[in-house]
Amino acid sequence: MKLITKFFGIGGVALATALFMGWWQVDGPGSTSTPRQRPLPLTEMNFELTNQNGEAVGPKTLIGQPSLVFFGFTHCPDVCPTTLSDISAWLDEIGPDASNLNTVLITVDPERDTVGVLAEYVSYFHPQIQGWTGSNAQLADAAEGFRAVYEKVVREDGDYTMNHTAGVFLFSSTGRMVTTIDYYEPREFAVPKIRRAMQDRDADGTI
Amino acid sequence: MKRIAKGIRGLICTLLMGMPAVSTAEDTNGAIKVVVEQPWARASLGTSRPGGAYLTLRNAGEKPVTLIGIRADIAGMTSIHETQTDNNGVSSMMPAADIEIPAGETLSLKPGSYHIMLMKLQAPLVEGETFPIILLFADGTELEVMMPVLRIGARGPEG
Repeated sequence: MKLITKFFGIGGVALATALFMGWWQVDGPGSTSTPRQRPLPLTEMNFELTNQNGEAVGPKTLIGQPSLVFFGFTHCPDVCPTTLSDISAWLDEIGPDASNLNTVLITVDPERDTVGVLAEYVSYFHPQIQGWTGSNAQLADAAEGFRAVYEKVVREDGDYTMNHTAGVFLFSSTGRMVTTIDYYEPREFAVPKIRRAMQDRDADGTI
Repeated sequence: MKRIAKGIRGLICTLLMGMPAVSTAEDTNGAIKVVVEQPWARASLGTSRPGGAYLTLRNAGEKPVTLIGIRADIAGMTSIHETQTDNNGVSSMMPAADIEIPAGETLSLKPGSYHIMLMKLQAPLVEGETFPIILLFADGTELEVMMPVLRIGARGPEG
C-alpha cells in the first residue's frame, strides 16, 4: 500500500515536472520563439512613408476608411503577386464599395522598390491598390507598428530575396485592428472578413 | 494482357488530360510515365525580376520518379523553390531538394508552395506567348514542356 502511494507520488511529481517543463519551453520564460503579436491600432502607430504618387503618407492617412494593409516586395515571384491578385479579386467581388477601402502594399525592399517602381507594379493590379515605400529607417518604424517582420536573404544566384510577414491586416475606419487574412486561409473567408472590417464601428457609433 | 491494359490506361490518362499543353514522358519500357498538366507562367515586368512558373506532375507509371531540377533557355539560372509560411505568418522561399513522386501520385507546383524560379531572365515573359522548359528527372529522363504565359495578375492556370 505504502509502495503504491509512493509510486503515485513519484508519478505525480514527474507529471508536474513534465508539465512545468512543457509550459516553460512553449509559453513560459524559456520560450525561444516570440509569440505572434497583433498590430497596434493605426492611431497608436507612428511612421511616415511615401505613396506611389510621391505623396507623404502615414497611419493617419488611413483613418476615416477601413483599410487592408500588407507587406511585400516587387522582386517576389510567388507570394506577393499571388496576394496582390487575390486582393484584386476580393476587391472586384466587393464591387463599388471597394472604392471606400484603403488598400496598401508596404514594401519591405525599399532599396529596389522606389516610388516609380512601385507605381508601375501596382498599376498591374486593382486600381485601388496603393504602394508605399520609404527609407530603411521609415520602413522599420512602419513594421514596428504593424508588428511585422522582414529579413534580407541572399539567394543562390547572388541576388537577394526578402522573408516577410505575409498576411493581410484589416483595420476599421477608426483604425482599430479588426482581423487578419492569413496567406493559407481558405479564400472564401476573405471577403466576409473585409466586409466585417468595413462595417466595424466603435461602440459609441462614431465612424 | 498486362501490357495492353497498361497501354489503355496510358491512353485514357492522356485523353482525360485533354487540356491544351499536356506533355508526357515515358521511358522505353513504359515503366516511367509522367504527365504534365496545367503549365503556366506569370508575365514578368521586364527582365530584372525573377519569374515564377507552375505546373502539375502526375506519375502515371509504376515506379516512383524524382524531379531533380529544370532547365530553361529563357532564364540564366533556374531552380525549384518552395515557399513556406511559419507560425508567425512569415513567408520565406528556399531552393527545394529533389522531389520524389510515388507511383500514381501527383505533385503540384502552385502559388504559395513549390514553384519554378526563372532567374536572370534573358527575355521578358510576355502574356500570350509560350516558352519551353525542360524538366529533369533523377533517372535521366528529360521532359520538355511549353509554358503559356498568363497575365501578371493570374492566380492559376485558368488565369
